[in-house]
Amino acid sequence: MDVTNKSTGLQSPPLGDGGYILQAIKANQPALIDLIEVPEFAPYFDDVVAKYIDVLRGIGGVVYLVSNDEEIIEKIKQDFPDAKRIVSFIPALASIAEQNKQEVDPHDYENVDVFIMQSSLAVAENSAVWITDNELPVRVLPFIAQSLIAVINKQDIVATMHDAYDKIADIDYGFATFIAGPSKTADIEQSLVLGAHGPKTMTVFVKQ
Amino acid sequence: MTSPNTSADHASLSKKFNADEARVDWHDETLWFVRAKRDKAAHAIPEWEQLRETASQIKNNVLSNLSGYLEQFEEKAKQNGIIVHWAKDAKAHNEIIFSILKQYGIDRMVKSKSMLTEECHLNHYLQENGIEVIDTDLGERIVQMREEPPSHIVLPAIHLKKQDVSDTFHEHLHTEKGNNDPQFLTNAARLHLREKFLTRRAALTGVNFAIAETGEFVVCTNEGNADMGAHLADVHIACMGFEKIIPQRKHLGVFLRLLARSATGQPVTTYSSHFKKPRKGQEMHIVIVDNGRSTQLGRKDFRNSLKCIRCAACFNTCPVYRRSGGHSYHTAIAGPIGSILAPNLDMKQYADLPFASTLCGSCSNVCPVKIDIHDQLYKWRQIIGKDGYAGQAKALSMKGMAFTLSHPSVYKVAGKAGRWFLKNTPFLVNNKMNPWYHQREMPEPPKESFGEWYKKNRKTKPPTH
Repeated sequence: MDVTNKSTGLQSPPLGDGGYILQAIKANQPALIDLIEVPEFAPYFDDVVAKYIDVLRGIGGVVYLVSNDEEIIEKIKQDFPDAKRIVSFIPALASIAEQNKQEVDPHDYENVDVFIMQSSLAVAENSAVWITDNELPVRVLPFIAQSLIAVINKQDIVATMHDAYDKIADIDYGFATFIAGPSKTADIEQSLVLGAHGPKTMTVFVKQ
Repeated sequence: MTSPNTSADHASLSKKFNADEARVDWHDETLWFVRAKRDKAAHAIPEWEQLRETASQIKNNVLSNLSGYLEQFEEKAKQNGIIVHWAKDAKAHNEIIFSILKQYGIDRMVKSKSMLTEECHLNHYLQENGIEVIDTDLGERIVQMREEPPSHIVLPAIHLKKQDVSDTFHEHLHTEKGNNDPQFLTNAARLHLREKFLTRRAALTGVNFAIAETGEFVVCTNEGNADMGAHLADVHIACMGFEKIIPQRKHLGVFLRLLARSATGQPVTTYSSHFKKPRKGQEMHIVIVDNGRSTQLGRKDFRNSLKCIRCAACFNTCPVYRRSGGHSYHTAIAGPIGSILAPNLDMKQYADLPFASTLCGSCSNVCPVKIDIHDQLYKWRQIIGKDGYAGQAKALSMKGMAFTLSHPSVYKVAGKAGRWFLKNTPFLVNNKMNPWYHQREMPEPPKESFGEWYKKNRKTKPPTH
């Protein structure tokens, strides 16, 4: 389809649908309104660690304060005694988890019981942990595993999402996600059920 | 999925919903409970109002520079290895998706929640072309099995009770008859859908936010279905209305703080996934859709409706939505926001929707991006009335009302007559012809009007000062 200019009768070069849509938008959008700066919001709580723990427990997560990797290994053995397949890319957990970094089909992880990941950022106000595919060779793992475990350092917990995006505004990745608690649904009569399609449980180890 | 009922209007469809009074009460109370959770979450944040204002202003900037942001987004997304498509309407959108699937020889697909694909009736189109589509959001899967449209954009099966779900699953998944336990039913769906995730080569998702600066898009779910589909499929197709664009990644801080709190009272959805590049060996497509949005952008009084982030807070707070149910809106997006979006698409077909409101203004008060929803409902009424799309009875009674209200003597007489009729001939008012009497008892009529009372009392008790 060509566009005929009403005043000159000349035909402009053909445009794809994108060209037509952008033309229609340009014709109809209002005069430019400046983009505002996001205000600086002071955190509305003092203790980020306490807040983090409180919120995660509130949404059905399990949280432990630990001081070393041995403690983490002990707790995992205790909490997941029947786990047949545990996967992690954290070197210190090699004794309890397979660490294959070879390229494999994501479908091969369908029977993972527990996936343990290191997160470099967590948010107190909503208890989310952040992970990118720079640290996560297989994107589907935190979703397909029956249980998810995240390990975070206490000093990596920030207060709000604004603080979080201050840290990640300019980093590069192919895929990244915030995960807050176990997967859940309330689609049947608003009854909350943990374990919709993703992990049924989420455990976070806060290292101090 | 069946198309929403297009032959009947909101009033007659609500009547159907209102036939089961106990269920209407449950629907009303449950959605009000969700609204209360939203209030609790909002009130916990001291800067809530400032956040809403910030989101609103960012969106104002977006609407004024949509063409620039979309061009930037397309360029960045292409650099990231994403294939970008543009669709001017629903038909083009559906055809693009079909052609992508055909190209890969795929005839089965999983789909996470996308109201845009509901708007475009994608499932129906693909089914007619021999493609099987499985909705993977639990609520959407339930209504898909029942061949119903979703009744709410966040809670698609909120019109159903657990025994309905149990019956549906018994029929389709052969679960134990009469087992109504939500935990049991959810687990049955989990097993059923896991098999789909693992075997389907294409996954379609919606888009909550698209970032112009980086060419990435963000998808928010609680169930994890968008991620399960996308990370297992060879082909990921993401569909977005062009208004989903935001300028920079850091603006997600504002919108993600608002979205889930406004929707369900959660501090954030379980998953906020940022898709920037396809994984190795995968193809990622984005379909950017107009379908009437550029027209809406040109309507000064209504363009703000494009700021919507689909949280459904306006549904949950709306006294009309809560008591009439989503299906009575006969459009993909129900509720107050749907009632200002739909007339833009087809003013005649959706002429009834702007009247499905009390104009109480609660929708505008809870909107996280401050859309003036109730003002726009009122403005649509003016346009629909002027263009002759309001029903004849409504037009006549509105004229009569305007005449009465602008002539005080007629108002007084009419009021007196009304009180007399209510008192002496209640059957004339309390009958099937008067829609106000359905599901209601008329109040006892006062003996005198306020005007009469004031006159009398002023005489007996003169002001003391």
